[in-house]
Amino acid sequence: MNAAPEFEPAAGDTVLAARNIVKTYGGTHALKGVNFDIHRGKVTTLFGENGAGKSTLMKILSGVTTPTSGSIELDGQSVTFSSSSDARNRGISIIHQELSLAPNLSVRDNIFMGREIPGATGVDFAEEARQTRQLMADLEEDIDPMTLVQDLRLGQQQIVEIARALSVDSRILIMDEPTSALSATEVEVLFKVIRDLTARGVSIVYISHHLEEALQITDYAVVLRDGSITATANARHINLEWIVRNMVGENFDLGTPPTGHAFGEIALSVYEVSVADVTSSERLVVDRLSLDVRSGEIVCIYGLMGAGRTELLECIAGRLSAAGGRMLLEGNDISRLSIAERIARGLVLVPEDRQRDGLVQTMSVGANLSLASIGAFVKGMFLSRSQERSLVDGSIRDVRVKTAGGGAPIGSLSGGNQQKVVIGKMLTTSPKVMLLDEPSRGIDIGAKAEVFRLLSERAARGLAVVFSTSEVTECLSIAHRVIVMRRGRISAEFGADATKEEIMAASGEAVVSDHEEHRSHHRDRR
Amino acid sequence: MTDASPDRSRSRPRASGDGFSLAKLLLEGRAFFALIAIIIVFSMLSPYYFSVANFLTMASHVAIFGILAVGMLLVILNGGIDLSVGSTLGFSGVVAGFFMQGVQLTSLGVILYPPVWVVAVLVCVLGALVGLVNGVLIAWLKVPAFVATLGMLYVVRGAALLMTNGLTYNDLGGKPELGNTGFEWLGFNRLLDIPVGVLVMAVIAIIGSIILNRTAFGRWLYASGGNERAAELSGVPVKRVQVSVYMLSGICASVAGLILSSELTSAGPTAGTSYELTAIAAVVIGGAALTGGRGNIRGTLVGAFVIGFLSDGLVIIGVSAYWQTVFTGAVIVLAVLLNAIQYRRRVKLPSSTGSPPTSPQKDKAQTADPALEKTAG
Repeated sequence: MNAAPEFEPAAGDTVLAARNIVKTYGGTHALKGVNFDIHRGKVTTLFGENGAGKSTLMKILSGVTTPTSGSIELDGQSVTFSSSSDARNRGISIIHQELSLAPNLSVRDNIFMGREIPGATGVDFAEEARQTRQLMADLEEDIDPMTLVQDLRLGQQQIVEIARALSVDSRILIMDEPTSALSATEVEVLFKVIRDLTARGVSIVYISHHLEEALQITDYAVVLRDGSITATANARHINLEWIVRNMVGENFDLGTPPTGHAFGEIALSVYEVSVADVTSSERLVVDRLSLDVRSGEIVCIYGLMGAGRTELLECIAGRLSAAGGRMLLEGNDISRLSIAERIARGLVLVPEDRQRDGLVQTMSVGANLSLASIGAFVKGMFLSRSQERSLVDGSIRDVRVKTAGGGAPIGSLSGGNQQKVVIGKMLTTSPKVMLLDEPSRGIDIGAKAEVFRLLSERAARGLAVVFSTSEVTECLSIAHRVIVMRRGRISAEFGADATKEEIMAASGEAVVSDHEEHRSHHRDRR
Repeated sequence: MTDASPDRSRSRPRASGDGFSLAKLLLEGRAFFALIAIIIVFSMLSPYYFSVANFLTMASHVAIFGILAVGMLLVILNGGIDLSVGSTLGFSGVVAGFFMQGVQLTSLGVILYPPVWVVAVLVCVLGALVGLVNGVLIAWLKVPAFVATLGMLYVVRGAALLMTNGLTYNDLGGKPELGNTGFEWLGFNRLLDIPVGVLVMAVIAIIGSIILNRTAFGRWLYASGGNERAAELSGVPVKRVQVSVYMLSGICASVAGLILSSELTSAGPTAGTSYELTAIAAVVIGGAALTGGRGNIRGTLVGAFVIGFLSDGLVIIGVSAYWQTVFTGAVIVLAVLLNAIQYRRRVKLPSSTGSPPTSPQKDKAQTADPALEKTAG
């Protein structure tokens, strides 16, 4: 079962070595004899789909959980971590994928939570604030230490999370998706910090779904698939295709715009719509934006965090109220309708955060799938179970959810399959326009491709699709048209033949850096 | 039995719709086994405990709490709490007493004696109105449920005291010549030897069960309690659902108030004080989660029986009232403790195992260029 490739750990180079790590949960083998090295003063990136075992491995390395069998050597000494604080005391800390900050406390208090600096009278707040300011300066983020975390943007919160990990002097720092909410500029700063850290001898383990981004920073690449290491390599010798091929195990393509069908009438028309900022009604997060989408058309909205994509989509769906403008669905004004009425007329939203807005965790897969179309199986006063079951089973087949059945708990599905349930739930209402806010967020590349395939199939049958993304590669997949949003407005519009550089430039993103250029040049040569 | 009940559907993938399943039984069994244990222990301690007559007497005590608890369950499934039911219960009794004494219309110079069924309907409408106020405060004005219903707890209790000036209506019998007799029927009479109150509880429980499991409203309730934001985006009228559950809870409280004042043939303004806490305890012992979305009628009723049979048993064997309070408290804490363990395990399991492998495992290292495969170092 041990699928590790040839392995030549160079002595002295490896600060931590995991050997033959096996982890089983019940009958499931999450890890099947993994050998994993962390190189001193280098960035080692772990690539893999959701469910490949990345998080399990990181939990073992950071002491959150213990392996079923196998050993961990730290500086050549065999160690066992009794807890995550035990691992932290030995110099291993982790930045978790989910933010673990207390929103009601200040940045300073969050950073020093649990390890307050003692002073003459209790806590030395001044020293804590000084160190916080220093950390923020290092991260080039202008955040006052006394700001409450809840007042920060999501990206800034992630910076605080990173700062907290940096404030502990770690020899090994594990970063699980640290950039998911960061802008391109913030990512650049983070990468600078990472290089500073590695120069000081800190070893980094990096995990990210943004493959290109990860490729920029990493020194070593390790690919995990189905609980086994499928490939390891020095980053100088590899490119994107190499990673994807090893992750997925087959040639992989996000798809192309569906052709062979004519666009229909204008299905959704957004005219001069504005949305006010929640915190100050003065500021507009969506600023008099107009957009028409025809049935059968797939439109991609690209933009950075804070460009107003989510607000625009939530406003069209009826979650946020518009500060001005009109929205027409097939020519009828829907601006004043409730969410339920908009769904009934054929306008649905697949929200960005599927845990928070998409799924009811306490209900089964089937009850989640049928939630938006309960009216379809009510007979008289009562629900018809047989009709519900056939609807659920049909939907499971239709969107290809991998599940034990409609009765399975929703939490038993992988991220990608959960996302398919959210999409399937809205598709069972037979919508005419489907809005999807970052449908690929937090799902692996295989599931991403399936979701996109599903959308293009539906578009070919006349569904108008609008999806938002923060990954340029996704713009250039199934979309017939790419809209770039910047500060609440459309800053550019492209056809399917746009280039990544054009799109990124229009979004206000930094032009490709020297580092990146160098690397892509390198890739081309190969 | 159902698709909607998350407890059971979560326990294991549903193999066949209505089949009997041991897993289901064990999951809900906790409270049920506690009830059996209580019956066995007290039957050994007292010769009077294990008899049909005593069970029926105890059941009629349970009925009051059981009815309150069904209403409370609906609110708790929604993720809320209703602290005003005890006061509503007392107020309902007082209003019923007021009507039974006759309503004096001074302008017309007549005294109206409404028949008992009219009184009952009016009282239920009153309970619904109290619930409506709670619901509007919570759903539309965004007052936290705890605070809104705490406020109503005081307001309604105050109203009951004001109405009677602190006194008690003692004569609820009515007079045959006025056509308003029969009030004692609810609390005193028996059908097929079963107290009417117990039957009312059973009917309410069955209706509640049907609502929860077989109607769109029930599904909406579970969904909006489990995740309000997701439910709203799926087109569930979450505000309407929220207002409705408080109204239903208010109606349940009024029905309980009618039964209690009928049993006592008197209506005091302080009746039902702290009953809301007993109702919450019954719901919690029955396995519902205070965070919403999980729980069912059957468990709640078992919870009410656990509390009722325990406290009556303690009375029968002569344990002091002070100790009864201690025991009841301990049972509640134990129940919540077990709930926490149960729900924690469920959340933990799936996240760690992740998805089943998406593709059959193919050969190892699929590197096109073998030279790349070697770890550089």
